[in-house]
Amino acid sequence: MSKYNRHLLVCGGTGCHASESDSIVCNLRDELEAKDLADSVQVIITGCFGFCGKGPIVKVMPDNTFYVEVKPDDAKEIIEEHIIKGRKVTRLLYKDPLSNQPIPDSAAISQFRKQLRIVLRNCGFINPENIDEYIAREGYQALGKVLTEMTPEEVIKEVKDSGQRGRGGAGFSTGLKWELARRNQSDEKYVVCNADEGDPGAFMDRSVLEGDPHSVLEAMAICGFSIGASNGLIYIRAEYPLAIERLKIAINQAREYGLLGSDILGTGFNFDIKLRYGAGAFVCGEETALIHSMEGLRGEPTVKPPFPAEAGYRGKPTNVNNVETFAAIPAIILKGAKWFSSIGTEKSKGTKVFALAGKINNVGLIEVPMGTTLREVIFEIGGGIRNGKKFKGIQTGGPSGGCLSDKHLDTPIDFDNLLAAGSIMGSGAMIVLDEDDCMVSMAKFFLEFTVEESCGKCAPCRIGNKRLHELLGQICEGKGSLEDLDRLRNMSIVIKDTALCGLGQTSPNPVLSMLDNYYDEYVAHVTDKKCPAGQCRSLMEYVINAENCVGCTACARVCPVNAISGERKEVHLINPAICIKCGACMEKCKFDAIFIR
Amino acid sequence: METIKLTIDNKEIDVPKGTTIYKAAKELGIDIPTLCYMDLHDMNIENKPAGCRICVAEVSGRRNLAPTCSTNCEQGMVVKTHTPRVLNARRTVMEFILSDHPKDCLICAKSGNCELQAMAHRLGIREIPGAEYAEVSTYREDTSPSIIRDLDKCIMCRRCEMMCNEVQTVGALSAVNRGFMATVAPAFEQNLEHSTCTYCGQCVAVCPTGALTEVNHVPSVLRALVDPSKTVVVQTAPAVRVALGEEFGLEPGTIVTGKMTAALRALGFDYVFDTDFAADLTIMEEGTEFLERLTRYLKGDKNARIPILTSCCPGWVNFFEHYFPDLKDVPSTAKSPQQMFGAIAKTYFADKIGVNRKDMVVVSIMPCLAKKYECQRDEFSVDGNPDVDFSISTRELANFIKQANIDISNLHDEEFDSPLGESTGAGVIFGATGGVIEAACRTAYELYTGKKLQRLDFTELRGMEGVRSATIDFDGLPLNIGIAHGLGNARKLLNDVRSGKSQFHAIEVMACPGGCIGGGGQPLLHGNSEILKARATAIYEEDRKKPLRKSHENPFIIKLYEEFLGKPNSEKAHHLLHTHYFNKQSKVIIKQ
Repeated sequence: MSKYNRHLLVCGGTGCHASESDSIVCNLRDELEAKDLADSVQVIITGCFGFCGKGPIVKVMPDNTFYVEVKPDDAKEIIEEHIIKGRKVTRLLYKDPLSNQPIPDSAAISQFRKQLRIVLRNCGFINPENIDEYIAREGYQALGKVLTEMTPEEVIKEVKDSGQRGRGGAGFSTGLKWELARRNQSDEKYVVCNADEGDPGAFMDRSVLEGDPHSVLEAMAICGFSIGASNGLIYIRAEYPLAIERLKIAINQAREYGLLGSDILGTGFNFDIKLRYGAGAFVCGEETALIHSMEGLRGEPTVKPPFPAEAGYRGKPTNVNNVETFAAIPAIILKGAKWFSSIGTEKSKGTKVFALAGKINNVGLIEVPMGTTLREVIFEIGGGIRNGKKFKGIQTGGPSGGCLSDKHLDTPIDFDNLLAAGSIMGSGAMIVLDEDDCMVSMAKFFLEFTVEESCGKCAPCRIGNKRLHELLGQICEGKGSLEDLDRLRNMSIVIKDTALCGLGQTSPNPVLSMLDNYYDEYVAHVTDKKCPAGQCRSLMEYVINAENCVGCTACARVCPVNAISGERKEVHLINPAICIKCGACMEKCKFDAIFIR
Repeated sequence: METIKLTIDNKEIDVPKGTTIYKAAKELGIDIPTLCYMDLHDMNIENKPAGCRICVAEVSGRRNLAPTCSTNCEQGMVVKTHTPRVLNARRTVMEFILSDHPKDCLICAKSGNCELQAMAHRLGIREIPGAEYAEVSTYREDTSPSIIRDLDKCIMCRRCEMMCNEVQTVGALSAVNRGFMATVAPAFEQNLEHSTCTYCGQCVAVCPTGALTEVNHVPSVLRALVDPSKTVVVQTAPAVRVALGEEFGLEPGTIVTGKMTAALRALGFDYVFDTDFAADLTIMEEGTEFLERLTRYLKGDKNARIPILTSCCPGWVNFFEHYFPDLKDVPSTAKSPQQMFGAIAKTYFADKIGVNRKDMVVVSIMPCLAKKYECQRDEFSVDGNPDVDFSISTRELANFIKQANIDISNLHDEEFDSPLGESTGAGVIFGATGGVIEAACRTAYELYTGKKLQRLDFTELRGMEGVRSATIDFDGLPLNIGIAHGLGNARKLLNDVRSGKSQFHAIEVMACPGGCIGGGGQPLLHGNSEILKARATAIYEEDRKKPLRKSHENPFIIKLYEEFLGKPNSEKAHHLLHTHYFNKQSKVIIKQ
């Protein structure tokens, strides 16, 4: 029976952590000590709530009060006003972006209302560094059920029937993957968790590992049981130190409790997990490159078949799944395949965690059922476009995905619909773009990433992506032609068709989807040599408005390349041939006489 | 063996399970173009990283095009190798590769012999879109004693990496950097000279472009030839005479000894001699050394080092200096035939013709690139004057002959000069794997037993398997012989020697697959290992035709000892014809 009547949950995800949430925790605890309330009010560091744009978050339970943008100094007021006097601290409450009214109850926040948190079920509720809290929320019960009541074949059937598809990006049936690994006979098999999460802007896996690491450990053990493996490996990118630390703590705690190691729960089943670290390569998120990286070889993909289920780590049958895929497994086992498959669409079951970023009001992590429309995600959960700007597009799947425009807003999100629309689900990064974003520059931006991260093994990706990037650069500088748009398309199609691995097979996706959905903008760049969004510097012209210019010479004096001419008290002129479009003149002008066209 | 039936370009074929589409197509007479793929079938060496994507084809059931070199046939598969989709993809990928390649075909060392050039020609490439602003990956050039690396021309086929790591187990080359700047180089992009490179040249032998080529010493040789104050002497290795003809369009395995000699004379060499003579000499020295060790060993002398290892291959010498310096006293102390020749030419022969050694230039024609490095080793010179001044490869000689407007196929056969041009069949077989030890056995048998050999052809020592062994009956004494070609195979035998498990009395090692006939300086195989077999056949045929086939019966060798050296392993012989080895293990330098 808990002796606490109140709980203060403070978000300890990396974002809030960087904003001193651990100081908030210290101060809250100090205040409670000083007021002699430490026995009745508990302060807990939890995993990511997902509302990263408004962190640090403090949630007061049981009254569901949701404080945002909390600072360490606010701790005193929270304790004095809310805990002791029962008055909510209004200035810290989340405000609805449209009505600007403070919302006291988190259940009413639109960001959360449409969410269905299965993968993130424990994030924001439990202290991830305490295994007892995980166990208290049905933790390790699924493993217990599997080891004592089910056969490996039954487990695989349950996962297959649930319809769960891999959440790393490829969307392959999890149950089928496990079945293929089971079928291959071997004395040694491996369960690998892909925690490399290389998509820029994606932090779904990180939040799960920081906020609920045991869910992954439990799932890996379940997988090991069903395929016949006793070795688990988590390949985690070295750039996630907090997740690594929490995983280490979790693994040690699980071992202490006999939930990992030999003879788990006295059933004779052995399974243990080791960590392996990435070294800063996006390509090592590809399963064969990941495996070779773990083997100490150069992190390059190899031809499939053979697939890892047949010959993976050290040539042995290996099952590789993403963090998010694993995190849902204990819930599937406990609540059943029927429950899971009742959520989502016909071919994409369950929920998906998305990282919402870009020109949107509510930046952060959300988990919604498959089938939720893009419109709901952007405008209801996401709170609409920032600063009242106009929606232009949403890039799904990171640098491997495509950009969907307003004609796709009512698309129900699932694997096949996104593919049909010219994009991919990917790992779940969603970047919202508005009228000020140039679609040529955006494609170039994504290619910059893939060019940098290509391993270099196959010619189409190593050289082809570079050429795509160069050509986009030419277009942004006004040096492109209409034929170049055809070249972009052909190069993209060939790279997709011939690249050795998923990186090269998807890196042209931004280009192709932009050409499909924003062709006019590309034509404007090559034919009119204009950038409609106003982002491409080379296509912009800085002009002095003769009506407003008083000839103060301030702009001419600040111009770094002497591009402005004119006598005192006379209208000045910018020479476009010399102008480097740095914008210093516009910043300096007090008469609003300089504009961009 | 399970059989698969599939269809390629509307033709049906049955193949054993595990056959790749590329090989199945070949059987149907469909020649799918490849770039990075290389299959030296008879040497069990196959390179298929599936990185160039030139060999792609449409395969039923696959969303994307599949690389046929590394995709196995499956029952009922339907493959199409030249649909518009495939042709467009192949062309576009080729344009990519060419866009990141220097455009100096006209002056490239590989022009006319370059697989990339041939492929561009075959695919009908006529333009490289975007070439005006295309970035090209450039690297620092590296010139070592034997090999030049020009990585601007590397197309990441990974053949050199595969040879160096998996076949030779030297590990001097591997893929470095990521993405556009990825290339294959020594660790930290150091020079080859500062790596464990043995200069075996197998990387050069397999490189499809001009990224890896040999150092060209022909200009130096030409300068010596036109210098009136110099007496220029040339020696030719056995492996050259069975391969040189290929550079002039002759069938692989054509023996061109007489024509080669005539060509060399026409080029202006003052004396045209034969390395095979020095090979006979090597047998005398090494054979005597071996028997001396063996006799002590059989008497129970714990200090007698058995097995003995052959030491005529400089790539192999480099290898054990780097990797097995603890076994430095195990190889024979005899120099290689090239170096023995140089030592004798600049003393015995120079005296005979009254020329100062400083005015004599010794040139060797070798199938080998490591020989370029070997003749530069400090211990192989006297007061700064090297025993062998320059070593040029078979390829360089062919080019030299062409530059001199000589059409080799129309020359009349000529003979070598005396006294350093006479050789026995034992000297010739040095060119093939197993040949050195067979030559040694012919002499060792007669010297040890005092009896005449009934059978000269030790066929049990011949063949192409990487590691071979045989027991030769030395009139009651079973002599265990081990043979390895390819340094990876040598390593296996050396590991056994190190651990004490080796049962052999003598081991022959050649660094290059096939032996010297497969050397780094030979005409390029371009993936056809049948050529190696043809060259080996020619070597043994040349041996059979020789009137004398045992080294100790060479009258000029006998005369050399009588007049000059005394007897094998004499003090003078030791001084001129033997050497010692160095510990190179710590000599891998990382320079800033």
